Amino acid sequence: MKLHEYQAKEMFARYAIPLQNGVVIERPQQVEGIALTYPLVLKAQVLVGGRGKAGGIKLAATPDEARRHAAAILGMQIKGEKVRRLVVAEAAEIGAEYYLAFTIDRPARRMGVIASAAGGIDIEEVARSTPDKIARGTVDPFFGFHPYQARQLGRRLGLGGSLLSDFVAVATALYRVCVSEDAELVEVNPLAVVTGRPFDAAGGPRLLAVDAKVIIDDNAVYRHSGLPKNEELTELEAAARVEGLSNVELDGDLAIIGNGAGLVMATLDMVAHFGGRPANFLDVGGGATTENMKQAIEIVVRKPGVRGLLINIFGGITRCDDIARGIVDARSPVDMVVRLTGTNEDEGRRILESAGIHAYVDPQEAAQRVVALVGHRA
Amino acid sequence: MSILISKDTRVLVQGITGYQGEFHTARMLEFGTRVVAGVTPGKGGTQVHGVPVFDTAAEAVQAAGATAACIFVPARFAKDAALEAIEARLDPVVVITEGVPVHDALQIVEFARRQQVHLVGPNCPGLTVPGQCKIGIMPNHLFAPGPVGVVSRSGTLTYEIVAALTREGIGQSAALGLGGDPVVGISFTEALRMFQDDPHTAAVILIGEIGGSAEEEAARFISAHVRKPVVGYIAGRTAPPGKRMGHAGAVISGTEGTAGSKIEALQAAGVAVATLPGEVAALARAVV
Repeated sequence: MKLHEYQAKEMFARYAIPLQNGVVIERPQQVEGIALTYPLVLKAQVLVGGRGKAGGIKLAATPDEARRHAAAILGMQIKGEKVRRLVVAEAAEIGAEYYLAFTIDRPARRMGVIASAAGGIDIEEVARSTPDKIARGTVDPFFGFHPYQARQLGRRLGLGGSLLSDFVAVATALYRVCVSEDAELVEVNPLAVVTGRPFDAAGGPRLLAVDAKVIIDDNAVYRHSGLPKNEELTELEAAARVEGLSNVELDGDLAIIGNGAGLVMATLDMVAHFGGRPANFLDVGGGATTENMKQAIEIVVRKPGVRGLLINIFGGITRCDDIARGIVDARSPVDMVVRLTGTNEDEGRRILESAGIHAYVDPQEAAQRVVALVGHRA
Repeated sequence: MSILISKDTRVLVQGITGYQGEFHTARMLEFGTRVVAGVTPGKGGTQVHGVPVFDTAAEAVQAAGATAACIFVPARFAKDAALEAIEARLDPVVVITEGVPVHDALQIVEFARRQQVHLVGPNCPGLTVPGQCKIGIMPNHLFAPGPVGVVSRSGTLTYEIVAALTREGIGQSAALGLGGDPVVGISFTEALRMFQDDPHTAAVILIGEIGGSAEEEAARFISAHVRKPVVGYIAGRTAPPGKRMGHAGAVISGTEGTAGSKIEALQAAGVAVATLPGEVAALARAVV
């Protein structure tokens, strides 16, 4: 689950990571008499990336400007996501920008730390164009991430003096966030060198977490009671989750249901290979029941523009007779092609045939058939 | 012996008194697996399908001579069960459980690495050596003994491809499901090394999917070390970036983890990559 910037920063604040003074607002009028010192920065709170380019981040030197920007940004759509909240913060005087993140290093099978002196821009772009500007490491989960390791990393970025101490404090705190909050990603970009507010200007340059990104591991949400409930799912994806099914909406017109993530992905690929356009990915999972199957069909055919349905079941733990009953009960309103094989296949076929539904054995034949039915190139 | 397990493997089922544990213990016994013990804390002294149940893995090792573990316990207790199995030096430790938090998986993987125990999963269907031993949940009737090693990140898609192989008269030396999570124990690379060293394996089928770079690493390993023919299939050519396709690990992040990148890397390593899963058996036929 992705957190909004303001939610991530509330989390960072609990771990004493330095942040700008700011507030979250939901209505433009809330900028009136705001207890912050101008100039201010206004930032749209959306879960999609690229809000800056989309006009979701503005500077305001005066209350009048702040009002205008707040009115413009609140309610705007950024990549299909409506802006409901704004972070309004005291703009910082930013010098150099660094990048710092902890994220899963899949090949190392450890939490990885990534730091760069080329912050403020897309780290993937930095990794491609100037990989030598990135310092990486991995963390032994039983050993943890210690100040000396942060110091080594900071030195590789060329940091020294009080900025190095700041870096060590931020990096060790960020690792604590990562582990304690069950995050799969914690990122500060930019981690900026600022002089002056929110710090005392006499203290010299300091490091400030200007942006914050956190993704919480969905599998660990159950052990964190205070988490927000951010909904990144579409209505039909959420409806599937309520039933214990996994649904991902796509932009085609051919609904797809199968059992097992790999098999459903392969089914989408088959349909696309024969010229069809999948409308969704729905995995009923292992051991799906009659009711699961019925619900799955009812959910995917609700998507506007769906003209056909392909069901691809390979019964292992899942029983073909249970699946067949669900298919018959649901009565698909669109053209449907069923591929059914595996455990209790004969009984499953009998149930389908008594309802006038033919079951294919070969998934490729079934995919070709459904594509032909909805009138794509066969 | 094929890879990891054989007819002599003595399996401990952790979570044997639960619904899944009990059901799949029966299927493993039917397959011929020597399930010698179960563990459910608090249920020591009872039996499931004639298999004695203990309170701890250490007791199961001592009293029943268990050598390998199969874990069915719910996700919130899976880390504890896996650490216990690894501590008891059961090998392999196979974690079937889906939904294990990734920070838990990181600890399980690290401890297995320290103890030099082979960890399979989490979120996997387990492994099967036809005619000898099955640990996990793969359907019994699909398999036939033979020369092809199968390694995969997916469950059902593996069953689909194994069934096609058996139908075509191509038996399997072993089928190994690595798991669909972003952090799992044995990787494609380690599985390939085991199949390369296994005299009973003549060719390998690698079934990958979007997300991560395990297939690209496997391709590098194949180029350098694998002398046996490898056939591949990658699921998720049509998956959009940023969406998790069922498996927690099946997600394209930015430009990393695409099917295209994996297919290209495998082809460059000389792997025959099938466009459709239905073509895998024919490609395997051509190399064995």
